[in-house]
This record gives sequence, C-alpha cells and structure tokens, in this order.
Amino acid sequence: MDFDLSQEQVAIRDTIRELVQDRVAPRAAEIDEKAEYPKDIERLFAENGILGIPFPEEYGGISGSSVTICMGIEEIAKACATSSLILAVQALGSYPILVAGSEEQKKRLCPPLASGESVAAYALSETGSGSDAAAMKTRAKRYGNEYVINGTKQFITGGSIAGTLVVFAQTDPEANHRGISAFVLERDTSPWQALKLEHKLGIRGSPTAQLVFDDVKVPAANRLGEEGAGFKIALAVLDRSRPGIGAQALGIAEGAFDYALAYARERKQFGQPISTFQGIQFMFADMATQIEAARHLVYLAATKVDAKASDLTKVASMAKLFASDMAMKVTTDCVQILGGYGYISDYPVERMMRDAKITQIYEGTNQIQRVVIARSLLK
Amino acid sequence: MDLELPPEHASFRDGVRELAQAVALPLAAEVDRDHRFPIEAVNAAAEAGLLGVLIPREYGGLGLDALAFTLCIDELARACASTSVIVDVHTSVGSEPILLFGTDEQKRRWLPRLASGELLGAFALTEPASGSDAASLKTSARRNGDGYVLNGTKIFITNVGHAGLYIVFARTGPDERAAGVSAFLVPADSPGVHVGQVFKKMGLNGSPTGELVLEDVLVPVENRLAAEGQGFTVAMRALDSGRIGISGQALGIGQAAVDEAASLMKGRAREQGDDFTLADMATRLASARLLAYNAAWLCSAGRPFTRQASMAKLHCTDTTMQVALDALQLAGEQGTFSGSPFERHVRDAKALQIYEGSNQVQRIVIGREMIQ
Repeated sequence: MDFDLSQEQVAIRDTIRELVQDRVAPRAAEIDEKAEYPKDIERLFAENGILGIPFPEEYGGISGSSVTICMGIEEIAKACATSSLILAVQALGSYPILVAGSEEQKKRLCPPLASGESVAAYALSETGSGSDAAAMKTRAKRYGNEYVINGTKQFITGGSIAGTLVVFAQTDPEANHRGISAFVLERDTSPWQALKLEHKLGIRGSPTAQLVFDDVKVPAANRLGEEGAGFKIALAVLDRSRPGIGAQALGIAEGAFDYALAYARERKQFGQPISTFQGIQFMFADMATQIEAARHLVYLAATKVDAKASDLTKVASMAKLFASDMAMKVTTDCVQILGGYGYISDYPVERMMRDAKITQIYEGTNQIQRVVIARSLLK
Repeated sequence: MDLELPPEHASFRDGVRELAQAVALPLAAEVDRDHRFPIEAVNAAAEAGLLGVLIPREYGGLGLDALAFTLCIDELARACASTSVIVDVHTSVGSEPILLFGTDEQKRRWLPRLASGELLGAFALTEPASGSDAASLKTSARRNGDGYVLNGTKIFITNVGHAGLYIVFARTGPDERAAGVSAFLVPADSPGVHVGQVFKKMGLNGSPTGELVLEDVLVPVENRLAAEGQGFTVAMRALDSGRIGISGQALGIGQAAVDEAASLMKGRAREQGDDFTLADMATRLASARLLAYNAAWLCSAGRPFTRQASMAKLHCTDTTMQVALDALQLAGEQGTFSGSPFERHVRDAKALQIYEGSNQVQRIVIGREMIQ
C-alpha cells in the first residue's frame, strides 16, 4: 500500500501546476464569460506534452496511467474546469482506441492525438438516448470496405473542434445493444457537421455540440473491435473515464476551497477575521474531510483502472458519484462563505459552483452511478 | 501509488474475520441484551494474540502496525461492537502509551502482560467536569517521598472493573493547564482504587463504562509514564492513534449494516429507491475506509497523521451513524425490534461520534491546522 504519487508523477504535477498558475488561471474568468473555446490553452497543453498523458510511450505519449491522467485533470480543474476538459476529453476520446483498437489502429491513430496535433471526442448520446444508450438511432451501413453513417449525436463535448471522433452507431438495429459498433472518424477523410453549440450553466468554454452525420463515409479499417462490440466498448470506456470526472470534481472543489479559505482569513467582521469563528471553521473542517475522502476514492478507482481490477466498475462509479456530489456541496458552501461576494462574478467561486453541477450529470448521471453500484452490491 | 491492502495485511484481516464471525458474532445480541462482558470473545482474541497487535514480538505481541490494528478492530466490530471497543481501548490508549513513552523497565514489566491479555488496559483521562477540555482535569497527584498520592474521580472509563491496569492522568502542578498534567500506570489492585458507578448506556452494552475513583492511591515513582508535566502530550498522542482504532470500529459497524441490508434486499422485490440508498451507503463507507487506511498508513510510516486521524474519525463515525440509520430504514419495522442487528447498530454507532474526542473536537483539530 502506498498513498504517494511516484517521483515522476510529482514532477509532471509540478510542471502542470506551474503552467496552470501562470497561463490558465488568469484566463479562467474570461473563458467562462465569453464562453469561447480556449484554443490557446489547448495549444499550450499540446506543446507541453499534457495531451500526451493518456497515451503510453509506444504510441507517442508520456504515460497512459489513469492515476497520472486524474492527477493532471485535478490540477487543471483547480483553476479552470473548462481547461481540464481538454485533457479529460482527450482521454475519453482515446480510450476506445486504447481499449479496443488493434495494434495497427493504435499505432496509426494515437500518435497525432498524443502529440496534440489533433484532439479527440466521444459521441455516444443522442436526443432520445441518454442514460439509455442502447436506444440509439444512429445507423452505420456497410458497403464494401467502408461504412456510411447517418444520424445525430447530442451533447458531444468537443465534437465541434475534434479532429478524431469516436462514434457509436447501430450496425444491426434488430440486435438492440448487441448491434452497436464503434468507429473512429478522422475529420479530414470523414467530415461531420457540428450544428448547434449549447449555451450552458457551467464549463462554458468547453463546446458542447450537436453533431450531424449525413452519409459520412468511414473506412472499415476504422471500426473498433467486431461489429456489435460497441456497447461493451462504451461501458469499458466509461469505467476508465469516470475516475477522471471524479478528479475534475475534486479539482473544482479544491480550487473553491483554497479560495474561500484565503478569503476567510482576510475578511474581517465584528473586528476579527471570519476564519476565527467556530461556525466557519467547522464548515472548513467538513469540506476538507469530504475533499480528502473523495480524493482517496478517485485515486483508488484510478489505480484499479491501471491494474485492470475486477471490481473497477463499482469503484469507478463510487468515485464519480462521491466526488461530484462532494464538489457540488463544497462549492455551494464556498459561495456561502464569501456571502454576497461569492454570488458575483468578480470572484471565482460562483463559476466553480456552476462548473461543479455538470460533474453530477455527465458520463452517467449520479442516478445511473447508483444503479451501477447497487447492481454490483446485489448481484 | 497502490491503494490495495498488502497481501499480508489482507490475510491477517481474513484470520481476524474468521475468528470474529465464529466467536464474537454469535454473542453480539446476547451481550447487548444482558449488558454482559463478552469474556469468551475477549479470551479468544487474547489467545489469537489480538490483544498484542501493536506490541513488539520481544514483549510477546504480534508486532504489527497501525494498519493491521485498524483491520483487527474493523473485523471485530463487524461481528460485535462491544468486543471491538474493549480490544480497541486496551490496545491503543490502554497499551500503546507504554510502548511510545515507557522506559525499558516499564515496557518489560507491563507489555508482556498486556499482550497476553493477562492484564486488560484502560485509559483514565476524562472527569465529570473535564471532557473535551481535558487540560482542565482536577485529579491530583501529590508527591510523597518515592511516589505520588492520587485523588480524584474519573468518568466514562471503558473497561472499568475488568481492566488490570489503568493509565491515569493527574495533576502534578504547578501549571493549572496542560503543562501540569502527568501520566501514571495504576494497577487495578492498588489500595484505594475503586470502581464507582457503572453506567447503563444506549449501546455498546457489553463494554463496561463507568467511574474510576482514586482515594489516596499510592503510586511509586517508577510507575510514572514520561516526565512530570508530559502527561498531556502522552494523552494527545494516544488519542491520535486511538482515533484510527475508532475509525476501524466505525467501518466494522457500517460494513455489517451494509451487508445485512444488502442480504435483506436480495430476498425481496427490488425497489430503485432502496437500491439508491444502499448505493449511497456503500459509497460513503468506501470513502471512509480509505481515510482510515490513509491515517493508519501514515502512522505506520512514522509520518505526521494527526489531521488525517481526525478526518478519519470524523468521516468514518458520521458515515456509520448515517449508514446504520439508513440500514434500519431499509429493514423497516422489523429492524426496530429488540434483538435485531439493525437497531443495535444504530445504538452502538452513536457512541463513536462522541468518544475519543467528540466530532466537534475533531472539527476543531482539523480546522485549527488549516486556518493557522
């Protein structure tokens, strides 16, 4: 048992931390206000190897470890949740290739992602198919050596800016979830349309798009796994990505906590810093304890990803559920500690509270996480 | 990073589980109902060496670390919370201070007898007017030739009446607060040591809790633990690791509640609302477990762990209180009947939020460290 990060991980974390403090934190409020994708941050992450974290060295990356990915997401999310999604979605969009791709596919598709030349996205949800992923309508029909994809995907993070997109589609609609297959679309050769960008409560700089596939051709060589293996791949990917959402929630909460603590030390009422009041101290003690508990659960799930542990599904759901519920509570309490200042946009904690909300919803709502956990407890 | 238990710890835990399920579990309802000391379970634990988990082999113990101790208490509590608190208090605050602060002579004299279970340990800090504010204790230790004369009344002492050795905190002066407190090893058979009232409680009924009355008790100077005036330091350090033990106790009670609720639910029609409650219970308990393991791991590695132990105690015990209540809710009315484990877990769990530093004190410890 060892709760410490490795020396290499600490070095990566410190590099990210410095970069985030210098370059990301000063941009966070503006990114939120303008709701613009921070292409500059994406380039910064690409240049500094951060987008290569999800990939092992043999595919051009620097790690491939889920612990390292979570650590990176957490560090970035402390300052800017939108920016943390650049790494998180790079991992999410690449996991299907890493999990189910052939050696040839990994060697061909991963290096441009690992170098940050291209960014990835993951298209599973549809208007009528959210928690019930098997109900998807997007269709892929085979013609010789290629498939033709038709349909619409909804709520696709980074779908408008991605160069590489993993799309799930029905190849055999009669077979229900056993008829779903996964495909890797490269924008240059299989262009898709991004129609509508959503206006959102939080993570406003991260583009959430509706994607339309109108006779989009994709080579059969870009199908991941067998026909019909898509649903299994989607679930395996979610097991791996959920700890990352936990890490994101953790980072958001820590960012809000650090800000509120510094504020409470400075802010004087009744002639003394509000941090000297026991009522406020107890709030900090509870928040710190919940953050610490969430951190361990997130990293337990991450180590289980890396170890390919048999109880990963349950623990990944627990980490996502606990950390995101924690982040919602902690950021709300941090707004409370700042009072009126907490509610206005001159201070970052209201943004963090808005950013926290999505972590309870995406990559499986927290209700779905509870279904997954209960199923494993009662099987 | 590796957050799995080391294999040797996992196998130690499995051994304790087997013993606890075989010996302590069948007694749990009875010792609760009859308010009787679970002597069979304590003896079985002693025979297996579990009263000397933290005591080095050279003194007859198992020589294991804080993580093993946590697992031991966890497994005992999963079977019988009363048994677990008896062993926990004996092992941590009742014996560990001698290991940490004792002279070689004191270790040689007392540790083998504590490790074997010949003597049960106890910790006498709290007084009627000195609870969370331990530095205000009034029990006096007056120097008299080669010894001290102790007078005063201690309260809420776990293992009272069954302990063979009490670690007693008393005021040697001249400072009126923490710096005037010293620690003493007081054998139960010393003249002037009396058991006062033994309380009737809402839970942990197999574990006696009561007053320890000290009337002109003569304690030789060789039974003073650490230097004069160091008693408060001894007490605080003892409580730091004591909190890890209480965290383990909470995990055991909580796990029993989760397991019993799950087993009940498997035998009836599934309702999503109940499923969700169970998922939340198990998730919170999983997060609590890691906090306890983290504090124990830091302690075992000789690193600072005060804040982590307080966080573990706070989160594990608050979680277990909620989990026990949720499990009772899932069980429904039958869970409230006397003899049902569900209602017992609720009564047992409540004590954990109060003793070894109330959860308000834990919040003070955690908050203080961050805000300073």
